[in-house]
Amino acid sequence: MDYSDIQTIEHDVLVVGAGGAGIRAAIECAEKGLSTGIISKSLLGKAHTVMAEGGIAASLGNVDSRDSWKVHFRDTMRGGKFLNQWRMAELHAKQAPDRVRELEEWGAVFDRTDKGLINQRNFGGHRYPRLAHVGDRTGLEIIRTLQDFCVHQGISTHMECTGLDLVLDGDKVSGLVGYWRETGRFVLFKTKAIILATGGGGKAWKVTSNSWEYTGDGLGMAYRAGAELIDMEFTQFHPTGMVWPPSVKGILVTEGVRGDGGILLNSEGERFMFNYIPKKFASETADTEAEASRWLDGDREARRPPELLTRDVVARAIKKEVEAGRGSPNGGAFLDIASRRPAEFIKKKLPSMYHQFKELAEIDITEKPMEVGPTLHYFMGGIRVNSDSQQTNVPGLFACGECAGGMHGANRLGGNSLSDLLVFGKLAGDGAANYINSLTGQLNCSNEEVSKIIKEATDILNREEGKNPYLVHEELQNILQSYVSIVRTGEELALGLDELQKLKADIAEVFAHASAQYNPGWNEALDLKNLIVTAEAVTRAALIREESRGAHTRLDFEGEHDDGLKYNIVIKKTESGMSAEKVRREDPPVELADIAYASLEELEGDNLGA
Amino acid sequence: MERNFIIWRGNSKKGEFKNYTVKLEPGMVVLDAIHRIQVEHANDLAVRWNCKAGKCGSCGVEINGRPKLACMTRMNEFTPDEVITVQPLKTFPVIKDLVTDVSWNYEQNKMIPPFKPREKKNGKDHVMYRRDVERIQEFRKCIECYLCQDVCHVLRDQDKKEKFVGPRFMIRLASLEMHPLDREDRIPKIKNEFGSGMCNITRCCTDVCPEHIQITDNGIIPLKERVVDRFYDPVMWVFNKLFGGRS
Ligand SMILES: Cc1cc2nc3c(=O)[nH]c(=O)nc-3n(C[C@H](O)[C@H](O)[C@H](O)COP(=O)(O)OP(=O)(O)OC[C@H]3O[C@@H](n4cnc5c(N)ncnc54)[C@H](O)[C@@H]3O)c2cc1C
Ligand code: SF4
Ligand code: SF4
Ligand code: FES
Repeated sequence: MDYSDIQTIEHDVLVVGAGGAGIRAAIECAEKGLSTGIISKSLLGKAHTVMAEGGIAASLGNVDSRDSWKVHFRDTMRGGKFLNQWRMAELHAKQAPDRVRELEEWGAVFDRTDKGLINQRNFGGHRYPRLAHVGDRTGLEIIRTLQDFCVHQGISTHMECTGLDLVLDGDKVSGLVGYWRETGRFVLFKTKAIILATGGGGKAWKVTSNSWEYTGDGLGMAYRAGAELIDMEFTQFHPTGMVWPPSVKGILVTEGVRGDGGILLNSEGERFMFNYIPKKFASETADTEAEASRWLDGDREARRPPELLTRDVVARAIKKEVEAGRGSPNGGAFLDIASRRPAEFIKKKLPSMYHQFKELAEIDITEKPMEVGPTLHYFMGGIRVNSDSQQTNVPGLFACGECAGGMHGANRLGGNSLSDLLVFGKLAGDGAANYINSLTGQLNCSNEEVSKIIKEATDILNREEGKNPYLVHEELQNILQSYVSIVRTGEELALGLDELQKLKADIAEVFAHASAQYNPGWNEALDLKNLIVTAEAVTRAALIREESRGAHTRLDFEGEHDDGLKYNIVIKKTESGMSAEKVRREDPPVELADIAYASLEELEGDNLGA
Repeated sequence: MERNFIIWRGNSKKGEFKNYTVKLEPGMVVLDAIHRIQVEHANDLAVRWNCKAGKCGSCGVEINGRPKLACMTRMNEFTPDEVITVQPLKTFPVIKDLVTDVSWNYEQNKMIPPFKPREKKNGKDHVMYRRDVERIQEFRKCIECYLCQDVCHVLRDQDKKEKFVGPRFMIRLASLEMHPLDREDRIPKIKNEFGSGMCNITRCCTDVCPEHIQITDNGIIPLKERVVDRFYDPVMWVFNKLFGGRS
């Protein structure tokens, strides 16, 4: 086959993914004068970013002037259990405020303080009210602002166009083959650089807050092209997903409920989070209900309620309560804001939660508590990138947003993703522009590579019979849900890995009915090859991290081990299959370490040099 | 319990209604039933969705003749023996099954002159008060499901897509025109290009909006008033411009 038959589109840069990270990256590329294209599996404005609820973290200091990039940085490192890439966490904390102000310049309308500034709310792990927000629909405001801005920047948006695989020329990226959902036809993008912004892979689990798009496509494509993945063992289970009715199990209940005063109760009516305060956070967490209430009333001397501990801690606590027989009727915990705040306040601050429970569960959250339980929510791990340029180890290949790894370490703080998207989206755009400027010579896409990608995709349609892709996907979800869950053991992980290996045979035999035109069965079948890479990477990494840190909990290796801070786990493709290796971490710059390990008094007094 | 569904299957050239039965689980929504049908009977049944929680606006279809979000329509809204018919949005061309070509909407959005902010007063932060933003925050809740576009008779029955941008983009225009920081003037275009005069205030759009945005009363009518003020009462307009009354 010769790809001269195939539609070919040329751009300097192709951005894969139109969530916050992808659009922000594309805007930067266009700003730098590059011809820029952006593709997405769904329509523009429908990416995951639209679902983000609680807010975007940036130390604007509008509500509490004691906040600064240093405190944000310290919170992020502590939340990430010090395993974050230091430089990424630094850049993020320093640049987030400018990225938020820029959104306002582009038309975003955040909720306001009495003084008419951007309002900020409390969130787990953030020392001060730090999340700029719009009720509980912050993601919608952000993606719409970016979308409306981007359509006037001369960027070519190709909607419902799914990337299948990258094309390389030697070691450099030179293109990507994808297909249009509408027609099922293939398209080759010839490019000088590619920025992956495809988000996470939550659809590998059964109970998840993620949509059908989150099948780890960027991770799979990067991996097959020789890029490395990092920190894949750290998958975030959000403590509060809906647990009833069954059809909505996993759908997110924003942390904003707790930020605005919601408390967690077990079936005995006990506010159990007081029993789960880790030593490290004890000095900064309220230890009586009275103190927690004072905090809610705005007493600056009071410490934060334990419901706002980091997500890993709260998720495990709920799981333990359920296991101890103190769960709610449908196997979760009660999240109560009705008895804490007036109905009008709840409807104003949490309108979409009010709506969601009213319509999907027939529960009025201004009168009754919600039932919630852990749900797979976010990938801390992802494609390994250079902290400044966002370039991977494959020249010309960049990654940003949730599909990139390193920024959040072992656990992400709520609100730090939306800011991550914008900060690193912009930097990836800069990185790609610099790379293209230094590029010499022509890049080619070989017929052979392009044809191979296309053949693999059409084989699925050409088979006479085979496995039902939906059922194979369900099987994969069952494996991860049972063996690679919120708490893990070596034995279970090894079993899970075995099961995944067996599943590969089924994946090789999936088959899709009918034609390629808008065929979700075929689309699902194609996603499986990325899901399996994602699932295997998480399992392998989890198996060799023999300690419990952040979102990764091993029953057979309790607690953090000092040794665990010395390495990150890096996944890559080798001749003999997938390898997972411990790669030594460099020591942090002294100035950053000083800030991260400083006491709050030291930071607030600002007597640190950096 | 089992329920009967009638789903439109086909493409831009031909199509027909097909029958399916689905076993119900507690709390199911119509989108869940469609997904069951995909898994069990029709792997290739095309439908758009993302969030499954009424936040992304992907899953708009017509259920028993009414434009609705499939992910927010609970099965217990129907009487036990009611057959549930699902078909694609009528106002837009079908691509396949329940999926329509909504690209016209994206073209309308592109025609709208973008946000143009005034200078920052203190060089660092824009100051906007709650009372000034509340009005446009209502419009900014729009999830672009296009149910209002689907139901608006100007687009649906009269097919005057070249004359009217539709309710969705009227409120987008309203959100820009009423933005406290914006200094672009879109009123002439709202009259001449975007077709504010085409709307005859039937309020059908407001009735179907899943975000309960008061599209007509809070968005379209005030825009119409601005057009009237400008074109039929220019003295008043100059006065307002000079003395800052821009309500
Ligand atoms: C319910 C929910 C609530 C959340 N709330 C918050 C919050 O309050 N604060 C916060 O900071 N974070 C929050 N998060 C996390 C945050 O929203 C996400 O991490 C973030 O939006 C990811 O953005 P992204 O740009 O990396 O990817 P996304 O927004 O997910 O976009 C991914 C894009 O890649 C495209 N894509 C994927 N694969 C391909 C392919 N093969 N070819 C072409 N395109 C492809 C998709 O179509 C999509 O356009 C929340 C997440 C969820 C699910
Ligand atoms: S009120 Fe106007 S925009 Fe809304 S449906 Fe009626 S004619 Fe259309
Ligand atoms: S205004 Fe309402 S009905 Fe119309 S597109 Fe927006 S959310 Fe949908
Ligand atoms: S799937 Fe997002 S609104 Fe229905």
